[in-house]
Amino acid sequence: MQKVVRTAVIDAPLPRVWEILRDFNSHTAWHPVVAQSEIEGNEPSDRVGCVRNFTLKDGARIREQLIALSDRDHTFTYCILDADVPLERYVATVTLKPVTDGNRTFWHWQSTFRTPPGRERELTDMVGKGVYEGGFAGLRQYLARGRAASGPAVGSGETYETDAVVFERAGGPEVLKLRRVQVPPPGPGEARVCHAAIGVNYFDIYVRSGVVPAATPGSVLGMEAVGVVTDVGPDVTNVMPGDRVAYAIFPPGSYCGLRTVDAQNLIRVPEDVSNEVAAAGLLKGLTAEYLLFRLHPLKAGEVVLVHAAAGGLGAMVTQWASALGATVIGTVSSDEKARDARAHGCRHVIVTSDCRFAEAVRRATDGHGADLIIDGLGERGVSENLAAAAMFGHWVNLGNATGPITALSVAGLSDKSVTFTRPVLFHYTADPRRLGAMADRLWAAIRSGAVRPVIGETFALGMVAEAHRRLESRTSRGSLVLVP
Amino acid sequence: MIRVYTSSVIDASADAVWGVIRDFNALPSWLPIVMESRIEDGQPADKVGCVRAFRMRDGGRLREQLLSLSDYDYQCVYSILESPMPLTNYVATLKLTPVTDGQRAFAEWSAEFDCDPRDERDLARNIGQGVFQLGFDALKQRFGRR
Repeated sequence: MQKVVRTAVIDAPLPRVWEILRDFNSHTAWHPVVAQSEIEGNEPSDRVGCVRNFTLKDGARIREQLIALSDRDHTFTYCILDADVPLERYVATVTLKPVTDGNRTFWHWQSTFRTPPGRERELTDMVGKGVYEGGFAGLRQYLARGRAASGPAVGSGETYETDAVVFERAGGPEVLKLRRVQVPPPGPGEARVCHAAIGVNYFDIYVRSGVVPAATPGSVLGMEAVGVVTDVGPDVTNVMPGDRVAYAIFPPGSYCGLRTVDAQNLIRVPEDVSNEVAAAGLLKGLTAEYLLFRLHPLKAGEVVLVHAAAGGLGAMVTQWASALGATVIGTVSSDEKARDARAHGCRHVIVTSDCRFAEAVRRATDGHGADLIIDGLGERGVSENLAAAAMFGHWVNLGNATGPITALSVAGLSDKSVTFTRPVLFHYTADPRRLGAMADRLWAAIRSGAVRPVIGETFALGMVAEAHRRLESRTSRGSLVLVP
Repeated sequence: MIRVYTSSVIDASADAVWGVIRDFNALPSWLPIVMESRIEDGQPADKVGCVRAFRMRDGGRLREQLLSLSDYDYQCVYSILESPMPLTNYVATLKLTPVTDGQRAFAEWSAEFDCDPRDERDLARNIGQGVFQLGFDALKQRFGRR
């Protein structure tokens, strides 16, 4: 019986390495000698008993079965069922252990097997060097991919200064001022992120103007950004320096070049999603995700009424809802935006500047009305939204473009058993596991083309007042992005 | 049962590091907080079952018994018989694993014990950082670069 043992230290936290290795079919992504692989019978790749059927780059075919997997001990064991290489009774175990001194990972990979007489040396070398050592190198490379080629020069432990946009007092765009602010080094559980792109949201205008008292005057605005992790504090295991990440969090503070945040809120951005797309699409995309999959799991054939269907959030909800098979009716304020809304997937578009749309919705649906209303209008849309709702309709309000809804008549809801909800994104994203699942679904939707974040315009950080004016004047199309 | 786990990577072969730590009576030579140590009853320091009695720099006295020693696995297991710490059923394991990718050793030092829940945090920190990590830092320094 031959025994091969190879061990290595990987410069990444254990959860990061385990998340990759525990997927029995991930080796096509990181192992240099694996050409193609699939799990037989479409079983999940972390199901004990599943079989991976794969081809090596030299053409050899191998079938291996997962026979043990432990998320507690970070170990899995597998065996060869049949192979073009003469390894008999091959059983291998991968075990990861944390290097607590430095937050790295110790990787132990060993196997026992029999070989035909005389080929011991050749085959143990093939396994030890070709498969295991090659795998270590491949995984290191895989982890380095998607990380910034040259990270920002930020030394850990030091405080840095950065440009930031504060609002001096509640008011118009003129209260936005560029200031230098201090960015402290990350403490326990925190990470510092050097921003590459910052998303502008209508919510930022509510905060600036004082409609939503979410921040005190003098503080930095902004709910989301994309960038590169420069350094992390103790106990951070989900990200590491060099990772490209995005976040959408409360309280505000993203209109700046560098920021220290709770690392739990950081989402790693896939390689194929650009900084601008992530900044344009994260907060609005996560919002669309919970609206259509969690708050009101949308069914094909339902009628969705989306207000401001050419805007940042409206566009994403329209795209996603129509991809899910819903009939989307959009309201917009101009003919130009009507064309955009149709391109996003609206079956019917209502051009209106005075919040009159209920009659058109009922006409377009043969009197049925809207099963789901995504409403950012607020006060002036109340009676029309009630009139546009279908029997058992669900009216979701998450914006106040015409002022906050001050009073809502319960009798108005009872006419058609309408449900009214006023949700908050950050309640949905508070749980890191749920946030991860929401982000995964969003990236997948962007990749498949179901959701296509539209970058309307890009502004330098110092031009933020102009960006706000554009958004408030309702002349902008798509999402606005700031670049520090 | 509380578990404390500390691990590190030492820039020397497992054989070289094991040469320093396998001697159950050698704490004063590599663990900075230990003043002096002796093996009771004149027994050899690698006889499983032997007891080391040692004194810390802060004056604390401990007695620990060697429960297992493996030159094959680079591993030693020992328990506390007497100590000033408010804990019971303390069993610790110190283990090395060669890192084949480079001449290095992966070192793990862990302990399990029972204690009053109010003492958990302090004990876990004092043992994990104050003893185990301190020992690893001393070994890393002894064997050169990090």
